[in-house]
Amino acid sequence: MMAEQPMPLWEVFIRSRTGLAHRHVGSVHAPDAGLALDAARDTYTRRGEGLSIWVVPSSAITASDPAEKGSLFEPTASKIYRHPSFYDIPEEVGHM
Amino acid sequence: MYSQALNERVEGPRVVEDPGKVAAFEARIDAEERIEPNDWMPEAYRRTLVRQISQHAHSEIVGMLPEGNWITRAPSLRRKAALLAKVQDEGGHGLYLYAAAETLGVSREELCEQLLTGKAKYSSIFNYPTLTWADIGCIGWLVDGAAIMNQIPLCRTSYGPYARAMIRICKEESFHQRQGYEIMLTLCRGTAEQKAMAQDALNRWWWPSLMMFGPPDAESQHTQQSMRWKIKRFTNDELRQKFVDATVPQGHYLGLTFPDPLLRFDESTGHWRFGAIDWDEFKRVLAGYGPCNRERMAARRTAHAEGAWVREAALVHAEKRRLREQAQKIAAE
Ligand SMILES: [Fe+2]
Ligand SMILES: [Fe+2]
Repeated sequence: MMAEQPMPLWEVFIRSRTGLAHRHVGSVHAPDAGLALDAARDTYTRRGEGLSIWVVPSSAITASDPAEKGSLFEPTASKIYRHPSFYDIPEEVGHM
Repeated sequence: MYSQALNERVEGPRVVEDPGKVAAFEARIDAEERIEPNDWMPEAYRRTLVRQISQHAHSEIVGMLPEGNWITRAPSLRRKAALLAKVQDEGGHGLYLYAAAETLGVSREELCEQLLTGKAKYSSIFNYPTLTWADIGCIGWLVDGAAIMNQIPLCRTSYGPYARAMIRICKEESFHQRQGYEIMLTLCRGTAEQKAMAQDALNRWWWPSLMMFGPPDAESQHTQQSMRWKIKRFTNDELRQKFVDATVPQGHYLGLTFPDPLLRFDESTGHWRFGAIDWDEFKRVLAGYGPCNRERMAARRTAHAEGAWVREAALVHAEKRRLREQAQKIAAE
């Protein structure tokens, strides 16, 4: 068997309903963006799952390193004053 | 401790893992956390998943062949449209699963080659022939029914991309089983000849369907480790029993009998007891000596070889367009 040239990989994002953001659903292999869209339609929307599809070359995605998630997201854990419940408002004032 | 006791059944060089990382990984598994592609994982976990997910993907792809045989011979337009849609779904299932396997660092080309060279296995069930239209009914009812039994617990499997692929697949499988059972129902309500055809198909598909769950727990090489890592949630025998319990009453509703003289309802446990499975047959079929192994592999190889020029041309065309656009951009600057 002749060694084949690898087919580029694309990540697929689908907007399932108006008002919702595109969500990652999986990936497809295709030689170009147009064929990636066709493959994504056939693979991921056979039952009306989508109103819109994005395909993005997988190689274009930069991801954070899961091993560094502790230091990367540490600031969110220590800054409790970012949450409304941090502030004391007298009950008489009512809902705020 | 499996930093030492790595699963030797999974081929590949033994890897000595960092015990601290293994402990953290095990704690995540115990806490029902999903493992994601870039997370640290023991090499044996990765290999087990690549083997299981790719085997699953190959089964979906090869599984298109026995049913594909009947698309042009379906008895009505309604049946033809349904069968075409089902076979297309199976192709989709294969693709979701290949994509999930690829997140573990194996390429589509490698996976494809493993199937075509016979290095990778696929489900034994697809090496049986589809002799009559009733076989299409039996495949939907029994084969997809058994697949559903296997796949529902896999929606909670510990590896995130595999679990998500299984959720999509399970949503689509229900139609497959129902269309198959409806075919059986129609045949069983038809002429005596049609009903006999349904019975004949059940006689041939029943035992191979039970084999789909794999060897008995006592002989299953991979079950224990896979359960520990929550890749599997139930053992082969547990799933097989669930399948028998669910399926036998459906067969009786059709007015059919099962080809097992020992099949009986056990009042004390509420389970259907069944006779011994011919594991020699299972091993033979898995080793490549089933009725259709050679035909299936030949069909896959031919399809792959005959599509090579299309893949090649599409890549060259994409590259040509890319270069042309680049040149136009430079010219415009
Ligand atoms: Fe499937
Ligand atoms: Fe199916």
